[in-house]
Amino acid sequence: MNIIACIKRVPTTDAEVRFKADASGLETEGLPYMISFYDEIALEQAVLTKEALGGEVTALSLGPASGSKEIRECLAKGADKAVILTDDEWMSSDCRATAKRLAAAIGELDAQLVFMGRVATDRDNAAVGPMCATYLGWACVSGVIEMECGEDKGTAKVETENGIETVEFSLPAVITCNKGLNTPRYAGLKGIMAAKKKPLEEQAPAEADGQAVLSTVSAPPARPEGRIVGTGAEAVPALIDALRNEAQVL
Amino acid sequence: MDAFTQLDFFDTEDQYSEEECMVRDAVRSWVGDRFLPVIAEHFENGTFPSDLIPELAELGVFGPTVPAEYGGAGLNNVSYGLICQELERGDSGLRSFVSVQGSLVMFPILAFGSEEQKSEWLPRLACAEVIGCFGLTEPDFGSNPGGMLTTARRDGDDWILNGRKMWITNGTVSQVAIVWARAEEGIRGFVVPTDLPGFSAPEQKHKWSLRASITSELVLEDVRVPDSMRLPDAVGLKAPLKCLSSARFGIAWGGLGAAYACFDEALSYSKQRIVFDKPLAGFQLAQKKLVDMATEITKGQLLALRLGRLKDEGKVTPNQISMAKRNNVHMALEVARTCRDMLGANGISLEYQVGRHMLNLESVITYEGTHDIHTLAVGHGLTDLPAYR
Repeated sequence: MNIIACIKRVPTTDAEVRFKADASGLETEGLPYMISFYDEIALEQAVLTKEALGGEVTALSLGPASGSKEIRECLAKGADKAVILTDDEWMSSDCRATAKRLAAAIGELDAQLVFMGRVATDRDNAAVGPMCATYLGWACVSGVIEMECGEDKGTAKVETENGIETVEFSLPAVITCNKGLNTPRYAGLKGIMAAKKKPLEEQAPAEADGQAVLSTVSAPPARPEGRIVGTGAEAVPALIDALRNEAQVL
Repeated sequence: MDAFTQLDFFDTEDQYSEEECMVRDAVRSWVGDRFLPVIAEHFENGTFPSDLIPELAELGVFGPTVPAEYGGAGLNNVSYGLICQELERGDSGLRSFVSVQGSLVMFPILAFGSEEQKSEWLPRLACAEVIGCFGLTEPDFGSNPGGMLTTARRDGDDWILNGRKMWITNGTVSQVAIVWARAEEGIRGFVVPTDLPGFSAPEQKHKWSLRASITSELVLEDVRVPDSMRLPDAVGLKAPLKCLSSARFGIAWGGLGAAYACFDEALSYSKQRIVFDKPLAGFQLAQKKLVDMATEITKGQLLALRLGRLKDEGKVTPNQISMAKRNNVHMALEVARTCRDMLGANGISLEYQVGRHMLNLESVITYEGTHDIHTLAVGHGLTDLPAYR
């Protein structure tokens, strides 16, 4: 089975985010990157599925050619090959354009199962997975916390606000992965060495037409500093007074 | 605990290959996720977190420079240094465990062993199916191992080993020991299974340093070993000293890891801790300490990097390793002491790392060649005049 894990390179969660002087976007110079948290889970699920059913895992990413470190990390963690759809403007690719370009590449790779993170930890859209499935005309299950998969169908559990849904799906399918589905493995040192010999292909992505374009970015307004109204039980009346009369939330 | 930020004042990141960074980051993540949450409790209880050994093996930190055919990862020496650095950011006991298995057990088998010994032991040591220890130091012979009293007496096709070793990391939990003994022909090394009759390894307790590391005596009472257990290419004291050079290389990097951990904690603490209505880091005395430490750590970092590159080029000398071990461990101990001081009373609490690192480093500055012995080794190299006696 050909399995794909879609990987997004995102700024690390503890990175100090700065904007360009002309406010046209993030200052990317010196920005540290990592694999998006949920995409790590997607990669692990792809590798677990390969280990159970056989086949091959391709890590697929839209990003700059210089994003190879994160992609090689995927190879070190069990992917068999990697494809980067190289685009230096990858950060400004909107959800629809990203989904369309990934779908085009997935079609070329003759895959039966695609794993993605539920959401990318930078933009927080949670849209590319379902959009990609729509372009492909495939089944899609979003936010999966548990799953079993065979050669042509599978079942998945999804957590909702009201409970846990169990759904059946047929292949080909796009699965977006939620926290709890698995525990991603560390890149072992032998895996890192093996990754050097695995193929990493760079491809031009499909045309990105009719995109929403980012015009400016600005920092959120500064929040007023907090105030300690006292400590222990004696502070409760002052706290209630502040919540009722100042914040007006009671 | 705040997320760890490694000091890199001179932007050395681009001096490492992508592969080296990946190795470092993998070990750093594991230490942060799996080891740091449990180390304080193990340190307090005087135990090693043995349940994590399979994870360490899976990560591949045992003998990472050993060729893949013997179960290693075939990494370069800078990668091995970075592994030691990251492990010792966790705890010197953790790095010691890995150093012994790799540099002091797998290295001598690889360097001096027969093909049979390599095939038998190296893959099992790499996956930690077997834990090993290294018996050189004796109760009365530490800095002067050439005076060792442990003997190897020929008896037909066998050897009879007698003697006592001390301060042996992992001794009690080992299934195999590299034992160095004096034969008529000179010093020889043996790969000794620890379940042989006459072999025992009582644990040395009541330590206030390296508490999360098992330290033992090795007692050899008429232990009979066949000649096939002798390391055929280990001839004379140079053989164990080569093993120590390999381990000291890792310790020079390990010291950096402990220093990074302490500095990061003290910098973060001093920026958050309010004294006399402003952050501690805003006072001149605190800033001088931070600057002095950052400068010394940066110098140690550049020293280790150059040392690693020299080793990978096959050009490193034992004296260069001595200088780096001497400098970086001393630097780390001074940094740990200063950071302990900056944290005030909190510095003696196991809630923080600095006190634990400070205590550990008192051992690290003593083992694998004391600070003073390395001074004499480098002095010997500079002057050509030995001053040991």
